[in-house]
Amino acid sequence: MFIREIYTMKAPFRQEFMIKGYSFGKGSKAACILGPTRGNEIQQMYVCSQLVRVLKELEANNCINSNKEILVIPVVNNYSMNEGKRFWGENNADINRMFPGGRKGDAAFRIADGVFKVIKEYSYGMQFTSFYMPGEFVPHVRMMATGYHNASLANLFGLPYVLVKNPLPIDTTTLNYNWQSETTAAFSIYTNRTTQIDEDSAKQAVAAVLRFLKRMGVIKYESHSGYISHIIMEEELCSVRASTGGIFKSLVKAGEDVRYKTAMAQIIDPYEGTVKEMITAPTDGIVFFTHTDPLIGQFDTAYQLIHRLHE
Amino acid sequence: MMETVVEIELAIGEKLAVKRNRILPLRKTEESRRISIVSGIHGDELEGQYVCYEVARRIAEHPEYLHGIVDLYPALNPLGLEAAKRFAPKWDMDMNCLFPGKKDGDMMERIAAAVVESIAGSDICVDVHASDKSVREIPQVRLSEEFAQKMLPYAKLMNVDMIWMNATATVHESTLAHSMNILGVPTLVVEMGLGMRINRSFGNQVTEGIFNLMKEMDIWSGNVKQTQFPVVSTDGEVEFIRAKCEGVFLSCIAHNHYVHKGDLIGQIVNTFTGKIKQEIRAPKDGLVFTLREYPMVYEGALLARILMDIEHE
Repeated sequence: MFIREIYTMKAPFRQEFMIKGYSFGKGSKAACILGPTRGNEIQQMYVCSQLVRVLKELEANNCINSNKEILVIPVVNNYSMNEGKRFWGENNADINRMFPGGRKGDAAFRIADGVFKVIKEYSYGMQFTSFYMPGEFVPHVRMMATGYHNASLANLFGLPYVLVKNPLPIDTTTLNYNWQSETTAAFSIYTNRTTQIDEDSAKQAVAAVLRFLKRMGVIKYESHSGYISHIIMEEELCSVRASTGGIFKSLVKAGEDVRYKTAMAQIIDPYEGTVKEMITAPTDGIVFFTHTDPLIGQFDTAYQLIHRLHE
Repeated sequence: MMETVVEIELAIGEKLAVKRNRILPLRKTEESRRISIVSGIHGDELEGQYVCYEVARRIAEHPEYLHGIVDLYPALNPLGLEAAKRFAPKWDMDMNCLFPGKKDGDMMERIAAAVVESIAGSDICVDVHASDKSVREIPQVRLSEEFAQKMLPYAKLMNVDMIWMNATATVHESTLAHSMNILGVPTLVVEMGLGMRINRSFGNQVTEGIFNLMKEMDIWSGNVKQTQFPVVSTDGEVEFIRAKCEGVFLSCIAHNHYVHKGDLIGQIVNTFTGKIKQEIRAPKDGLVFTLREYPMVYEGALLARILMDIEHE
């Protein structure tokens, strides 16, 4: 293993901004694993750090296949993490929406450019990222439908689900979209948490990446075969919304199998403590996403269900 | 006439409401045309507050001159405006990336959809923005290339210093302006001033332009002061000056100032050592229409924009 400087930038008062890459094996640029671009993606950073630890052991045991190089960038945006902010700098720039970046823009744009120039050379790209809504997902691989996307390849992670999203105009500046445009087979991997560490989910994510690397002939590693993923389109998810605001008390968890009219959550009056609304399942299905914030507003998404799918 | 465009219940004892003030002419007819003036999509941009106030005040002073409908939407992002947050607080989302919204979507998507539905049918729309807190801007209309030719005659009436036909995010898809233009409501994006501040002089200038536009569209028949002819520019005529190092930027010129090639625009300094790290000089003659206000800079930070090849009057 050796540590590379991916991008550096001086700051007026803080320690120099540096993105570090951990390189394993030698030869063709096989796989790149990218950690958080946002300051609150703690679980994502933790997963990447665990991958560095495991890959170090695998390399020491000669388990990185010859002529294969793996690059792990555990953290892109440590500045925002240390500030306790999701986005970058005084203008709250979202680095994940700055790709492919460029040398003529401001700091966030240049960071995206500095990272992208390095990572676009790799055959397989895996990004650990998060959703804009606070909540928990069933672990899954997500990808944009760009025409270059390959959902069957995403199946090889062995996670329960692969979700394909038709990109909106604002999605065209995300890393996943641009990585695919450079013909890297790019995947965004979602674990269940963002701002807190969930050990079980992190282990599942590490295992999924190692399983994929093994199946693509990058490492020697014996692992459980995982799931045969269920491939879903984002628009097939059934959103269950709160029809009133209040305290959100969930009665089901991500991954649970619910039946039509199953009680899913209570919305409690924040002043009087009474139940204002009982959210029930509008259909049979698997809970794919659940809101986790203790407060919820009217029409906020409480759950996303995979319609008519059972365990 | 105050109207609620959309109202959604927040978690704790409050409803989030987007409101508009519909000002009707004394004699409304079938032919009465309608202008929508919107602002406050970004909660840190306050220049539109003064413009809305001034438009309402002038109409109230002379309602006899009003022949069309004026819809004022000063606060599309009320939470952001009152919390001094650019994005919609809690969701941390740029509201101007959510248009045209979704009628059956999340709270912010529904708000965006309701706003679009409310403005639809207007004969013209003016979306008033300020800059962010980093750089100060002269009053300008920004047009996307896609709608530039259709919108240029309207933009020229706005009494701004400049019309910039560019490709920045402000005028891209997913913005309110793009959605309204797609729906056939000609929509102008006005930028001016600085985030978190109100510049009355700029506000008066743009307000004069709005009345000029209303007069041309037979919405207003009162006197309008003589308006100026803006410089019409494309991206190729704008020189971006960016920091080549980190430090504290000190400007050496006033904003909205003509410079000659070689003139000192500012310095980036080291506040520990008292040394100048970079002197920023004008690469060409032109007008400094953008100037940095927030002094802390990393390499690449925008310090100034110069509009080249225009004469100093």
